[in-house]
Amino acid sequence: MHTAKPGYDKLIFELSCPGRHAHSLPSSDVPVSDPAQLLPKEHLRAAPPELPEVSEVDVVRHYSRLSQMNYGVDTHFYPLGSCTMKYNPKINEDMARLAGFARLHPLTPEAAAQGALRLMDELSRDLAEVSGMDHVSLQPAAGAQGELAGVLMIRAYHLARGERRTKVLIPDSAHGTNPASTALAGYSVVELKSEQNGEVDLHDLERHLSDDVAAFMITQPNTLGLFESKIHQITEMCHATGVQVYMDGANFNAILGITRPGDLGFDVCHFNLHKTFTTPHGGGGPGAGPVGIKEHLAPFLPTPVVVKDGDEYAFDWNRPQSIGKLQAFWGNFGMLVRAWTYIRTMGPDGLRAVSDNAVLNANYVLKRLEAEYDRSAPGPCMHECVVSARRQKKLGVTATDIAKRLLDLGFYAPTTYFPLIVEEALMIEPTETESRETLDEFCDAMNQIAREARDNPQPIHDAPVTTPVRRLDQTGAARQPRLKWTPLRT
Amino acid sequence: MANVPGELRYTKEHEWAKLEGDKARVGITAFAQEQLGDVVFVELPKVGAKITAMKTFGVVESVKAVSDLFAPLSGEVVEINAELPKKPEVVNADPYGKGWMIVIKLSNAKEWDGLMPAGDYEKLIASAAH
Amino acid sequence: MRYISNTPAQQREMLATIGVGSIEDLLSRIPTKARLSRPLNVPAAMAESDLVRHLRALSALNANADDYACFLGAGSYDHSVPSPINHLISRGEFFTAYTPYQPEASQGTLRSIFEYQSMMAELTGMDVANASLYDGASSVAEAALMAQAVTERNAIVLSRGVNPLYRQVVETYCEGPGIRLKSAPVGDGATDLDALRKAVGGQTAAVVIQHPNFFGCLEDVKAAAEIAHAEGALLVVVADPVNLGLLTPPGALGADLVVGEGQGLGVPMSFGGPNLGVFAARQELVRRMPGRLVGATVDLDGQRGFVLTLQTREQHIRREKATSNICTNVALCALMATIYVSIMGKVGIRKVGELSTAKAHYAAETFGKIPGVRLRFAAPFFKEFALELPKSPERVAKRLMKEKILAGVPLKAFDRSQKDCLLVAVTEKRTRNEIDAYAAALAAAVA
Repeated sequence: MHTAKPGYDKLIFELSCPGRHAHSLPSSDVPVSDPAQLLPKEHLRAAPPELPEVSEVDVVRHYSRLSQMNYGVDTHFYPLGSCTMKYNPKINEDMARLAGFARLHPLTPEAAAQGALRLMDELSRDLAEVSGMDHVSLQPAAGAQGELAGVLMIRAYHLARGERRTKVLIPDSAHGTNPASTALAGYSVVELKSEQNGEVDLHDLERHLSDDVAAFMITQPNTLGLFESKIHQITEMCHATGVQVYMDGANFNAILGITRPGDLGFDVCHFNLHKTFTTPHGGGGPGAGPVGIKEHLAPFLPTPVVVKDGDEYAFDWNRPQSIGKLQAFWGNFGMLVRAWTYIRTMGPDGLRAVSDNAVLNANYVLKRLEAEYDRSAPGPCMHECVVSARRQKKLGVTATDIAKRLLDLGFYAPTTYFPLIVEEALMIEPTETESRETLDEFCDAMNQIAREARDNPQPIHDAPVTTPVRRLDQTGAARQPRLKWTPLRT
Repeated sequence: MANVPGELRYTKEHEWAKLEGDKARVGITAFAQEQLGDVVFVELPKVGAKITAMKTFGVVESVKAVSDLFAPLSGEVVEINAELPKKPEVVNADPYGKGWMIVIKLSNAKEWDGLMPAGDYEKLIASAAH
Repeated sequence: MRYISNTPAQQREMLATIGVGSIEDLLSRIPTKARLSRPLNVPAAMAESDLVRHLRALSALNANADDYACFLGAGSYDHSVPSPINHLISRGEFFTAYTPYQPEASQGTLRSIFEYQSMMAELTGMDVANASLYDGASSVAEAALMAQAVTERNAIVLSRGVNPLYRQVVETYCEGPGIRLKSAPVGDGATDLDALRKAVGGQTAAVVIQHPNFFGCLEDVKAAAEIAHAEGALLVVVADPVNLGLLTPPGALGADLVVGEGQGLGVPMSFGGPNLGVFAARQELVRRMPGRLVGATVDLDGQRGFVLTLQTREQHIRREKATSNICTNVALCALMATIYVSIMGKVGIRKVGELSTAKAHYAAETFGKIPGVRLRFAAPFFKEFALELPKSPERVAKRLMKEKILAGVPLKAFDRSQKDCLLVAVTEKRTRNEIDAYAAALAAAVA
């Protein structure tokens, strides 16, 4: 059953040995170095903080061992739906580390930061072109912040026209950040029912449209991986009642070079650079969530805006109607360098090949799985597919069980239980960077699990057994939260 | 065999109420705790809080879900179950007994007649479960 | 196309399996009028060596802190970045993983976040810290939102000692929830406590001070805590964790929430992002905290393991009732900070603070000897100070650039009443020679 593996179960605090150190700091070269002579006593710590005392070898070995307990795209197929776990190019990393970028202080005088400003200007133009939008702000730190910025700009737009609308419409298939960001912007959220295949129910939309609705937020393609084919009708219906339409760009990987939100009638869209544009996921961030808008929303862009005057670039702070700022500085510049590098690596044909192959790969997976797993909708999907483990559930095997068994078979699991409207959902986004061989291995594993569910489900219920830990007690963790290390406790 | 005690009354949001003179004791049903999974946290109002029928009075959390708690009846909260913050698992183990949440002093006794009797609630949960 | 593995032959085979003739068939749901009928108008693809040449040239246009002595601060600092950090965070398993949804396959990330939370709690003197937020500014904003939810009050009092850029972010976040912002002025470098007392009332959800503040001056955190608590408000302290190896942690002085920018803990300045938002709280506030939290637990065999916990606060479950809309944390930057703190250790992180303040005081004293130049504020400072100059700070800074010195941040853009001032930051990396060279150049510039 459980194969005993030599495990590594240390925390850095537990490696601590008084007197060890890994730092290398110069001695003081100024006359007065004793802080007690420079600062009032009450400001100085009575005792040093209880932090580890370890050698550099300890640090390197510890974090290297920890890394080995992770699955990453570099080591495993990682089909999380809507996360676009595509390959993270190494050239992006090298470029982000150039001293002129990484070692540049944000408040460097603009005349001495022209290379950075130019890169930002070019990236925002590239993203505007890719999306068919008129302007792009690079400031938001992540998709959720991009959403907030977008909804706040819509709010400012209505207020500037003398209208105080109070509601935003969001489909029940939406990602949780959509209603959360909307609520944060001060709106009440009205949830619209989707059709069976996750598409917007036009009747429900029509019923809800009014001059009290500020915006309609949708993901395109939707969270079931299907293109909202009635999108022109949707945006026209919304605009007829003065409602702004927002596109959640999480699924941009499906449409690069194929269609553009700006051409579909969207007023705002955000990008997830850590999805479509290959900036690394980092174990959970940092991301970057630029937001694109149509001209009528330009006065409300976050401050400052990068402007070009001849060959010179500068920050424009004179934006009286701006929604303000989302981050202290100008955006996740390190991620912007990576995205810029990616776009220049791919060029127009490369970007188009991305979406073509993303769609091809997802449909291939869907085809190879359909014998054993229920499709969530008929017809071709786009860059991701959602299947239901409904049949397996009847045999006592849940989506969670399947996910855990996949870990034992050498794959990171797809997203489970999202979107909420599909029972025992498994949302699979292979991305374009996976090879056919990998897809075949994954589908073989999924089909094997389906057979095991019928014939021999025990390995599924026991899974995972090859990972450093087995299934974990989430209930205990939530009932008695232990959120930091304390001495003499595990 | 559904666990739906006959002497209690129910809401469509899966709370139960037990009439105790001019007061009512309130909790969530066996069906509700089963749907939620292991309860990890319960947020209750303070004693003295005024609550209104079918408005929320608190929150019950499991690992993967969180549910609003809806007041079956209007009135003032006169007692809250001090056990629950320390031992939320009691809600799973004994939802109709030790897992009670609040006691309301009723402001409108007639509201009791509007609550679902056991038979109707049983039908509701039978159709919900597949 | 080096990032796409499938050859045209393989594509054809896959299409055959699917049962369609071409990829176009898979796009049939997209109405023709929605289709882009031309290639994207982005620059042509560049080969790697051309790309490198191009970006090297572009980056060379920037005055970076390897080529210039950097005395810029105001929320981003040129602190040491020990060499092992980059090597370790570049391990593919760390930087190409995502949110630890499958904890069994993400123990590396989860353990390092647990260590990070522990270190931040220890440095700030608080009971619990989250897995990080986007940056210092949005952490202050999140603290304001949390204070509103916890106290059910609608006003926040911010000292003018809080970074003006942070204040702008707080204003943006408070717009939707309708939170009113009030100010308390700064006196001779630190918050005017009498004015603060007058500004705080029964509708105040939180008092926000920064320590050291935007002008580099140390605040009386204890007094601010008393003022806030007397009215039932929370005290939010904005702090720089790299200073907290030496300075008394705000948690020991009455803070209810400690937030701030952790960039100094081994995160590259990178023209202002990505950053590291620190967020720490007292125990009883833990369920109201935004952001991810990692907790310790056990697996089926009783082995220690780590998981994301208290997730029901978060957007993917609570949706519009979530404590915040935040989804990602900044895991990789938090990992940089974790490794930084491990390398510095309890002794090193104190030393960073000692060296920074020693050199800053030497610089202040040396510059103050130049005729016409003086320290703007009398309050004690830590590693940053406002220098009042007899000539335009912008012009002075421009002249010093020619000497390869990034002299400081002119304060006019932030606060018109400080238009004669330059904000100068001095970290442990600034040598005596650099400081003396600055003094010589400054003396020439203001003569």
